[in-house]
Order: sequence, then C-alpha cells, then structure tokens
Amino acid sequence: MEKRINIALIIVIIIFSIFSFRLWQLQILKGKDYKKIDEQNRLRVLNIPAPRGIIYDRNDRPLVNNIPSFDIEVVREDMPGGRESLSGLAELIGMEYDSIVSRLKKEASRPFKPVVLKQDVSFREVAKVEARKIDFPGLQINVVAGREYIYGHSASHLLGYLGSPGIELLNTPEYSGVPPEAFIGQFGIEKIHDTTLMGKAGKKIIEVDALGSIMKVVRIQRPVKGQDIKLTIDIDLQIEAEKNLKGKAGAVVALKPDTGEILVLASAPTFDPNLFVRGIKNRDWRMLVKDPKKPLLNRAIQSQYPPGSTFKIITAIAALEEGIIDKDTHYYCNGSLYFGRTFRCWKADGHGDVNLYRAIVESCDVYFYEIAKQIQLDRLVQYAFGFGLGKKTGVRLEGEAEGIVPTKEWKLQTRKEQWFTGETLNTVIGQGYVSATPIQIASMMAAVMNGGKLYEPYLLADQEQTDRVRNAIDISPEHLEVIRQALMGVVSEEKGTGKIAHSDMVSMGGKTGTTQVIGGASKEKDLPEKFRDHAWFVAFAPAVNPQIAVSVFVEHGGHGSSGAAPIAKKIIEAYYGKDIKTESEDDG
Amino acid sequence: MIDRRLLNNFDWGILLFAVTLSLIGVMTIYSATRPLIETVQKTFYIRQLYWIILSLVAFLFMISIDYRWLTKYGYLIFASGIVLLILVILIGRKGMGAQRWINLGFISFQPSEFFKIFFIIAVSRYLSGMKEGTVLGLRKIVKMVGIFFLVPAILILKQPDLGTAIMLFFIFISLILSAGAKKKIIIMSIAISLLTLPFAGKYIWGGLKEYQKLRIIAFIDPQADPHGVGYHVKQSKVSIGSGGFWGKGYMKGTQGPYRFLPENHTDFIFSIFAEEWGFSGSMVLFLLYFFIIWRGFDTAKKARDREGCFLVLGVTFMMMFYFFINVGMTVGMLPVVGVPLPLMSYGGTALLSNFFALSIIENVRMRRFALYY
Repeated sequence: MEKRINIALIIVIIIFSIFSFRLWQLQILKGKDYKKIDEQNRLRVLNIPAPRGIIYDRNDRPLVNNIPSFDIEVVREDMPGGRESLSGLAELIGMEYDSIVSRLKKEASRPFKPVVLKQDVSFREVAKVEARKIDFPGLQINVVAGREYIYGHSASHLLGYLGSPGIELLNTPEYSGVPPEAFIGQFGIEKIHDTTLMGKAGKKIIEVDALGSIMKVVRIQRPVKGQDIKLTIDIDLQIEAEKNLKGKAGAVVALKPDTGEILVLASAPTFDPNLFVRGIKNRDWRMLVKDPKKPLLNRAIQSQYPPGSTFKIITAIAALEEGIIDKDTHYYCNGSLYFGRTFRCWKADGHGDVNLYRAIVESCDVYFYEIAKQIQLDRLVQYAFGFGLGKKTGVRLEGEAEGIVPTKEWKLQTRKEQWFTGETLNTVIGQGYVSATPIQIASMMAAVMNGGKLYEPYLLADQEQTDRVRNAIDISPEHLEVIRQALMGVVSEEKGTGKIAHSDMVSMGGKTGTTQVIGGASKEKDLPEKFRDHAWFVAFAPAVNPQIAVSVFVEHGGHGSSGAAPIAKKIIEAYYGKDIKTESEDDG
Repeated sequence: MIDRRLLNNFDWGILLFAVTLSLIGVMTIYSATRPLIETVQKTFYIRQLYWIILSLVAFLFMISIDYRWLTKYGYLIFASGIVLLILVILIGRKGMGAQRWINLGFISFQPSEFFKIFFIIAVSRYLSGMKEGTVLGLRKIVKMVGIFFLVPAILILKQPDLGTAIMLFFIFISLILSAGAKKKIIIMSIAISLLTLPFAGKYIWGGLKEYQKLRIIAFIDPQADPHGVGYHVKQSKVSIGSGGFWGKGYMKGTQGPYRFLPENHTDFIFSIFAEEWGFSGSMVLFLLYFFIIWRGFDTAKKARDREGCFLVLGVTFMMMFYFFINVGMTVGMLPVVGVPLPLMSYGGTALLSNFFALSIIENVRMRRFALYY
C-alpha cells in the first residue's frame, strides 16, 4: 500500500514539474510576446481629427463651417442576436432589414468593431436613437467632423469639396500624418490650399476593455487647427452673379484693375459641395457627370471660346500703337468688304462713314477689316499676348485653360497650313482661331484700364506679393484714353451696342462680343438654343479710375448686348450699391 | 466530545494552508472583478468570505465526528447522494445550459459537488472490507463498476456535467489502483483502451454536445476561431504569459477587469493570479497546493486503518485532479472543462466540498494513533 502511495506521489511531483515548465515557457520564454498581445488587447490609438481652417470672404464672412456630423453605429458583440431585435432596430432607424444584415456581415470577423449603419443623420434621428438606446444594446451615435458649405451652391467651383484621400497620396510627405479616414480637399481652394487648411491631426491612446468601452486615456496629443484662409471674393457679388447666370451655362469674372484681386469668379451651372462632405453618393455623382451642361466645369477659367468683338479692343490698340490709324482715321462701311471673298459687317446695310470711336461704339466690323488689311499678324498677336491672351493668367486654381492666340507658326504646326491674310480679317474681330477664357478677358480689361499693367489675378486676400505684375505693356496713355472714351460710348451712346448696360447709378464702359456658333447671318430667336451664338460682355466702372473690371460669358446667350451686358450691369450696380449702402450706414 | 489528546494531534498545517489558499482566492476574486468605470465593487468577494466562514464551521464540525461513523454509514450516504442526483434531474434549477442546482429557497447548491465525497466514502467502505494484501480481480472490479459507478455517472452526464463525471471516473480508477489490481488486468485494460480508442472516440464524439465538441476543437487549434471557444484559452495564456517573472502586481492585472478573459473569477482564477504575481508567485502557489496533496498522501500512509487510508486517498486524489485539470486547462495543456481551482475559485458549493474533503484528511490524521485511543 505504502509503495503504491509513493508511486502516486512521484507522479504528482512529475505533473507539478511539467506545469512549472509550462509556466516557465509561458511567462519567461514567451512572456514578452504575451505582454505585447496584452497591450494590443487593450491599447488603441485613436486619431483626433484637426478642425479644418475656415474660408472667409473679403468681408470676413465665413463661407464654410466645421459642423459635427452624426453616424448611427452598432457594435455587434454587444447586441443580442436574433431576427426580432434586428428588425426592431431596422424599424427604429428606418433602414431595410436586409441592408443592416449585409452591413453587419461585412464586418463579421470583427465583432468588437462598430459598424456604421447610417451616415449623417439628423438631430431628430439622433434623439430618437438616444431615447431607445436601452432597448438596443450596442447601438451608438458617433460624432464625426463634417463640413458645411454655408452658401450651398455658391462659389462651389472656387471653394471645391472634400473627399477620401487615395492611398498613394497618404504616402507622400505632405500627407504623412493624415489619418486614412480623414477627408481632404479634392477640388478648388479646398484642394490647392489643403495643407494650409487641414491642420495636424491629434492622437489619443486609450485603454479599452473587451467590449471596446474606454477605460482610461493613457496619452493625448491635441490636434492643431488648420489655418484660416481669407479670400478676395465678395460673396454678395458672387451670389448676384450666380443669380443672373441661373438656368444658363456661363461665367462671370470681376477683378480689381489696380491689384488683380478677384471679386467674383462665378461659373454656371453650379453644384452643391455639401453633397461631397461624407463621400458623394453614386447617384449624385452620376447626375453631376452626365449633366450635358457639365456643372463640374469651372467655365470662368476652363472654357475657351472666340472672344468676338471684345477682341476689337486689342486690335484698336495695336492699330493705334503701330501707326496704322489715328483716332480720326475713318473708313466707309457699306455692310461688307471684299478681300478674296466677301467679309460681312454684322450690320447688313452698313454703318456709313465711321471713325475709330464710332467703329468701337457700334462695333463696325468693316472698319477693323480695313485695319486687318494693313496690320502684320505678327505685330497684332504681340498685343494679344501682351494683354494676357494665349497663356494662363496664373490664377491659383487647377485646370486653367490657355486659350489661343493664332500665329503663323501655330497654324503651321497645328493645321499644317500657311496663314492666309483673310484669316487675319477674322482674327481682328475675335472670330476664327482666336479663343480666350472669361478670366483672360476680365484681366485684359483690367490691364487696359490701369495703363497696361497685367496682374496675376489672385484669390487669397492676405497673400501680399510684391511682384504680381506679370507684364507691363508700354502703351501710350493717349491711345488708352481714346479706347476708354470709345468704350464709355458703347454704353452711353444711343447707337452703342452695349447701351442696355447703361446705369443711372454709375458711369461705366464696356464692349459686347458675339461668338458665332454657326456661320452666316441668323435671326437668333428662331434658332434652337444649341445653335445660338455665345454672348460676351466686358465692362469696367466707374468711368474715371475704374475700380472694377467684369467679364461675362453666356453660352448660347445670343448677342452680347442682350445676352451678357445686363448681367454685367447688375454686378456693377451691386458693387456700387453696396458701397453706397455701407457708406450711408457709416454715416448713420 | 473532542478528546484533549485529539486536539494535541490536530494538524494545523492543513488548516493553515487551506485558509491561506482560500484567502488568496478572495484577494484574486476581488482584483479580477474590480470595477474600472463604476465605483461599486462587485460583491463576489464578500460572498466568498461568507462561504469560507461557513466552510470553517463545517470543517470543525466534521472533524469532531469520528471518520469511522462515515464509513459505517457509507452505503446509506451513497444512497442518499443518488437520491439527490435524481432530485436534480426532477426539480433542479437550470443555469448556463445545464441542470445542476437544487434550490433550497435561501440557497442553491450543486449536489454533484458533494456526491464525489459520498462516492469516495462508499468505495472506501467497500475496499476496506477486503483483506490486506489481496488484489482486485476482474469480477470484483466489474461488480464495483456496476454498484458504485454506472448509475451516478449516467445521472451526472444527464445534467449534463461532463467535468464531474470525468472526475468521478479518475477517482474511481485511482482508488482501484491504490487498492491494487492484478497486473494482468492493468496491462489488459491499457491495451484494450488503446485499441478501442479510435472506435470509442467516434461514439464518444457523436455523443458529445456541440459546445463540448467546440472546446475540443479549440484545444487542438486555439487560433482557429479567436473569438469563439478558443478565445478562452488564448486569453488565458495571454494573461498568464504577460505576468512575466514578477507579475504585474496585485490589482494591476488587466485581463480580468477589462473583460478580455471570461469567467475570470471562477474557472480562470489561476490565470488572473499568474498575471498579477508572475512566475514567482505561481511557484509559491504550487508549493501550497503540493503541500496539501503531500499531506494527504502522508496521512494515508499513517492512517490507523484501511478505511481511513482509502478515505484520505480518495479525497486527496479528488483535490489533486481538480487542481491538475484546472491548471492544465488554463495553461492550455488540457481542453476546457468546467472544473474550478480548488479553494480559490469563486463558488460556494465547491468551496464547502473542498473543506469537507480536507476535514476528512484532518479527521483521519487526528485519530491516527490507535494505541492512545
């Protein structure tokens, strides 16, 4: 008996030894590994998104806001299973039972991870969920940083929108600290100045229990708010411009001639950047992309069309400077001119005897054909380039178009053809190959008004740059004065093509332009919209020391005088009306 | 009732070590269930303290009764145990998928916890009736299986309580081997069990409940399903391993209060202890348990009669198997069966039955000197 008990005792000692070795293995040999798993078990690193910088207009009015956005989430592990509970949940948050199930299935392997059921819900829904939370364990509301574009559709091309960053982008040094769930600027100012606006995300190391409840905060690194940006844009004018473009496709650009500040940069149709904030829905995206009017296109800087008669300003300056004409030179217009073929004036029965002033006021084509017969194309294009056509204005936005100033070399290269002098006749009146963007035309107008200084148009109000003048064109002040007078006449004279823009509030000058969509004289009213001409109007105000230069472009807007000039007038009046209003408020 | 001479022979070691272990248990329960966000400590540890006091009273009461009374009425005790097991099936309370408790209104207890000791008493009575030096033949063994083992095993499996059934089987085998069986039978049974294991395995596998199958799968490959059944074993190993040599320190363990390790104050209390006290503390704990087991075997050797010897062997084996199966499970060397760590795990009935078992060792040890009695 005693012998057998001793055997049992030996067996017991052996088993104790085996367990001791096992503990040695777990705690000493693999202790470090298990410690690591233990920490992974309970330590989580959370990103604290940095508040994005706010974008203000020139009068310090915020154009965007950071707002909390609410998601309904569910932690599967905490949720009692069963179809009944799930269908009750579906009813509570107004979702299909099946779509909840499919969302949960996607994350089935990670039962502790919250699954987002519904994004961006209203306060009402938040309140509803909070009230019923006790019936649905595991249901929770998550607060996410969102962005609100206060003026909705307004200035959408300018402000841009946010979206999820691509993986490649996150690997670049500028975006190294950006958490993958963050939304970053994808378009417009939000994109160009993303690194300024985004700030620096903070970090929070927390201890969680097995259910993911936060036990304590181990370490916190506060986020750094992004820098605010102040724009040169005046949101009131911007809204006025967009109001007048409503239902049309077109653009309005307004600049300050003596600095190049952009007051308005409007493109129509617009889109709502709020749609993008939490990731745009497929349906919305498809609607934007498939819209024939292309709402995502920023026409102010991206659409290039022949500038029509607005180009006559450049032709006139070139002719004066080159000595081909002086202000008294006059030609007779009988409605057309024969040069290899018949070139028609827009006014079929002719303007009669016209000098330069009348030729600009009434936009006589024949007068400019006469100039074309004498001017060298090489010389003419020097002035076009000098006023900023044919190259980017340098505004800090993506995708700006260059436009075209046709030269002989250009034609040889692109068309493999010689230049015909007949084509110069088309060019001088802004038809044919020449094309420009609305911002280029506004910039040209500004340069004509400020004595020939071509500024780089800019959008950031506090961005003081000493050398904004891209090009100073040496034009005699008398010649510019002649042009200014004539442009005044366009609006003020009874026969002026832009008299529709005449304002009792403020003196202004301008020039109409019409881009032919189909050749030949046409009665625009009878034509379907898509064959109607494009309308241009470029204006400045007031008559002396202009403070604003505006270009208006309306696709298929018909004649420049009727399609575009009234819009320019509205914007200029809004600009001055506002000044008067603020002044009287100051007085009061 | 208690002789002065008996008091002189009282072995303080057993009681001291048992009380020490159960107080370590209370400390560990306190730490494992300590709240982190709420400020209210759960009352498990207080309830365990009450049970310790109750167990001590029962211990003192039991040692005052001569153990020969137990063996004298051994068969009666065994029969009443069977009645209790039947009652569990008839009127028992269900909990966690099994029907193991009898509710007495103010308290509910698990009869199967006590039945193991009733079983030991009856088997000891039977074995002690044999002449010293004779070994058990095949017929005797089959007879014993029929009388003592078959009926209770079926009743316990019906609850179902696989852990207790296995425990009963191990105790039974150990007692038979201690009493001595013919070498031929021992060799034969080992051979037969090895040969039939694949076939029997199939039947046993088919008869297992789903959760039991899962536990065995999880034991073989704990990584297969990290949040399923293998989760227990994995988190238990993480708890123990992260303790290192010196441990994280008392009340510094995280696996329990952070709820990564389920059942941390019951079956997995050793993992929590090893996390906080490390390898060094675990070795001390092992020594405490080893002392108790060694004391049991020592008492069996010194027992005045065969009844005492078998009784003490039986309860010592019981404590030993509890300890080995529980620790083996927490260190990932044995499959997860719901077996508590003796003296330390939270649970009143188990604690009471542990002290009952220790009281038998004390009882026999106190009364070992027949000459003076």
